[in-house]
Amino acid sequence: MNLNTLTRSLLLGSLISTSTMAAELEIRINNLTHGNHFTPVLLAAHDGDTHLFNVGEMASSSLQKMAEGGDIADLVTLVESANGVTVINPAAGLMAPGQTVEGIMLNSQTLTHLSIVAMILPTNDAFIGLDAWEIPTTPGTYTINLNGYDAGTEANDEVVNGGGMPGAPGIPAAPGGDGGANATGVSDMSSNDKVHIHPGVLGDTDVNGGMSDLDSRVHRWLNPVARVVVTVK
Amino acid sequence: MNNLTRSAGKILPLLLVSTSLVLAGCSDNDHDASVPPTPTPAPDRVFSVTVTNLTANQPMSPIALLAVDKDYHPWQTGASASSALEQLAESGDSAGFQVEAGSISSITAGAGILAPGASETLTMTLADDSVASMSLLTMLVNTNDAFSGLNNVNLDGINVGETQRIMTAVYDAGTEANSELKGTIPGPADGGEGFNAARDDVNRVHLHPGVISHDDGLTDSVLNASHRFDNPALRITLTRSQ
Repeated sequence: MNLNTLTRSLLLGSLISTSTMAAELEIRINNLTHGNHFTPVLLAAHDGDTHLFNVGEMASSSLQKMAEGGDIADLVTLVESANGVTVINPAAGLMAPGQTVEGIMLNSQTLTHLSIVAMILPTNDAFIGLDAWEIPTTPGTYTINLNGYDAGTEANDEVVNGGGMPGAPGIPAAPGGDGGANATGVSDMSSNDKVHIHPGVLGDTDVNGGMSDLDSRVHRWLNPVARVVVTVK
Repeated sequence: MNNLTRSAGKILPLLLVSTSLVLAGCSDNDHDASVPPTPTPAPDRVFSVTVTNLTANQPMSPIALLAVDKDYHPWQTGASASSALEQLAESGDSAGFQVEAGSISSITAGAGILAPGASETLTMTLADDSVASMSLLTMLVNTNDAFSGLNNVNLDGINVGETQRIMTAVYDAGTEANSELKGTIPGPADGGEGFNAARDDVNRVHLHPGVISHDDGLTDSVLNASHRFDNPALRITLTRSQ
């Protein structure tokens, strides 16, 4: 064995041990809905104590900003301050109904859990959510179905009026250009102010009035709303 | 949609260690230290079961947590509901489920109505090693006869400190028509009738198609948009602590 071979085998050995330490993830996200867009998606690898949201608990203000207006900046800060890593906006904009984004690379290093969120449009405060999924240590391909959650922070009045800031009622936009106008608003009688499963939007068939600016033939969904395929290399 | 995750508990073994240290500290020094310890019997299995109501506006009737035989099924899709299930799904009353040899060995009841967004933790202690499984039932009270829960979850494979997280779907008992009419729904949306032995629906358990509501055009429905639901309805976290 000459020195060159020895060096190479040492290098190879170090590469192999590095790859067992650092999980390289390749991720695919598919919007499964009939007529709903997702705002820029946040993917985060983090430790087991970090959560972007907790089902059955009140939403943080960071989560509220994402769920009501699609603003993920505060959640990115949360992950980075906990020494996590993020992939931001892999679709380079909105994810249209049916759209698939492939080849999202995320080096999770020694981080153990994966979370994914994005707002569902047009809604008041619905979002797709994966909460702290434990990243498998065995290489392979894993499929996860994501539910649509309700942040519980804003009444689901289903009025499209540009309201996307926390506390501002209404829906920021109907990106498909298929929303209505002049709705009187749905009276949301739910008292659940915790993060919960979204009951689904109501909508109606009146584009220039009625109770809702959403179209019941276009904007309804049933869970799951997104499919995530993670390949652990 | 069902997420099943397991994680090793870290706190509990520490608690057990500190408890045994305290006990050791209390030992009487007058006793001969060479006396052999009495053999400890196989410890009880203890499970804590945390139920979270994931719906927007469907309070859950008091949780019924059953320790059951491995072959016991409180419901079977496609088959007609037992009278105990019919009673639970129409009124929220779990009294029809009774301890019975070979099927149900113990019943643990929740403290009361589990409000939307609320969580409750029940503890189930199993002294009998033959108990193999767990069932759980609750009614969505703002419906005619919708229920959710766990049919039969095998407990044998769960080691101390392990956690299973299960999301559950909503079923329709098929024993009462989903009329949503005033007077037919026992929950706060109506305050109507609970159990009625007459069966005026398809008479088989199936996945619930969801409620319609007055807001969605069923004009004589007492339900509104917030009573609609999508699956899953419950998150159940099952942890074996001992």
